[in-house]
Amino acid sequence: MYYVANIMRSEGDPKIVRSGPRQVPPADRLARSLGWFSIGLGALELLAPRRITRTLGMQGDETLVRAFGLREIFSGIMSLSVDRNAGLWSRVAGDGLDAAALMSAMRRDNPKKHNVALALLMVGGIALLDYRGAQETAQRPQNGRRRLYPDRSGFPKGLAAAKAAAQRVLSHAKAGAS
Amino acid sequence: MKALVWHGKEDIRCDEVTDPRIEDPRDAIIRVTSCAICGSDLHLFHNFIPGMLPGDIMGHETMGEVVETGDGMNGKLKKGDRIVVPFTIICGQCEQCKRGNFSVCETTNRKRHLAEKVFGHTTAGLFGYTHLTGGYPGGQAEYLRVPFADTTHIKVPDGLSDEQLLFLSDIFPTGWQAAAQCDIEPTDTVAIWGCGPVGQMAIRSAILLGANQVIAIDCVPERLSMAEAGGATIIDFKTESVMERLQELTDGRGPEKCIDATGTESHVMPSQPDTILDRAKQMLMLESDRPHVLREMIYLCRPGGVISIPGVYSGFSDKIPMGALMNKGLTVRTGQTHVNRWTDDLLRRIADGEIDPSFVITHTVDLERGPEMYRLFRDKQDSCVKVVLKP
Repeated sequence: MYYVANIMRSEGDPKIVRSGPRQVPPADRLARSLGWFSIGLGALELLAPRRITRTLGMQGDETLVRAFGLREIFSGIMSLSVDRNAGLWSRVAGDGLDAAALMSAMRRDNPKKHNVALALLMVGGIALLDYRGAQETAQRPQNGRRRLYPDRSGFPKGLAAAKAAAQRVLSHAKAGAS
Repeated sequence: MKALVWHGKEDIRCDEVTDPRIEDPRDAIIRVTSCAICGSDLHLFHNFIPGMLPGDIMGHETMGEVVETGDGMNGKLKKGDRIVVPFTIICGQCEQCKRGNFSVCETTNRKRHLAEKVFGHTTAGLFGYTHLTGGYPGGQAEYLRVPFADTTHIKVPDGLSDEQLLFLSDIFPTGWQAAAQCDIEPTDTVAIWGCGPVGQMAIRSAILLGANQVIAIDCVPERLSMAEAGGATIIDFKTESVMERLQELTDGRGPEKCIDATGTESHVMPSQPDTILDRAKQMLMLESDRPHVLREMIYLCRPGGVISIPGVYSGFSDKIPMGALMNKGLTVRTGQTHVNRWTDDLLRRIADGEIDPSFVITHTVDLERGPEMYRLFRDKQDSCVKVVLKP
């Protein structure tokens, strides 16, 4: 891996000898996995909706499956971005929609209802992961007590002195100009 | 040597890399004594600025001691000198450098063909930044090669600490230039969006340049408290209407001078729907920047006023209200900082005790903890405003 990074260096630039540890929090790793899963599932729903509706006994609902595919892809992109928390919450909401759509297919007259039950089980499991990821990637609260900085003016002689000095310079400049 | 290396989006590691060496007679090698993480490093961390490659060394706020020089120094720099390294690499000889437009030096960008394709013309080479600006290794490392070192340096005296001097490399002159290009008059109100390190410097600069009133806009309590300490009236945009408060504070006229110290990553929040739309478009690669602050400034600036943009933008922005900008007769001034244009004056002000830029430092840690500090700074954890790293 360093080899690829190193051959892209300009001649003479420092090259990697040994790489340090990658510091990705577990929650971010989970978000990334769910993001790619979402994009994969979305692509399948978008490109092969008939295969999905046949498997679930939902023939005629191809447009709905395609729409869900688009939603999955967008949630996936969001889950891979720096706004991964919003992406994961959108996945949780999407899981709700998926479950609702699957429930509507749990009819007695559906010969593939065992597939639907299996799909519902999977959606439930994924929803748990999505929910956990969304919880863990939420904006972390401040560690410990928040520190404010009301004493950091940056002016060693004080704010009033800084303002007065500025006014003096401006009035000198004005006098010089007139 | 150890260095903080970019490996991809949100993936910066402390790697062992080969030492830099002199490649040109105008080069110098410095042993880095202090370096810092800049807000614009976060744009790279998030991979919002195009043209980064795995293996790039981060960092453009650096100072240290010269340990080796090439043969072409002409007596301007020698071993043992203590220098601050400006983030813009300058030749000092091209027409732009002679005019003092150092950040658009025509010589130092070694990948000028990329810049010419993307920007139309080349701009100066920058340390630890995108390959559009040369892809030079940065200074978050134990050693740094400084190209064109005979002109790309600020010699500093021994009596002042690293913490007082380090920010001459970028954020202090950047905040200063932002205020200076507003042409502040004694009756002016200067409104500053963003109270990160550059915003903090812009506030102090506006005070030192004689603004009648400085207003600072942000939503992070630590930053707002620091802004208030520096003499600004503060607006928390999460709890107050920026428009109403600015109108109130300027008797309905609006601020004459507006500074965008936020740049491409405007805060996204439901009460500002355009920020959500921008973020969605950015994710789908339909827009590269989130210019909410720019829109707000154009809308709220007093007609005939000045809009100064030190905040970094990366590419393309949508829905800029050009009608308001044109009809209100606003002047827009922007650019990467012409660091060396300002540093003699700023160094004198530090030495005279007019200002001490170290007020902004909240965390000082070893270089090895750099990757962790990127996340801490990004997440505004532990009341972090500015991180200094010690190799």
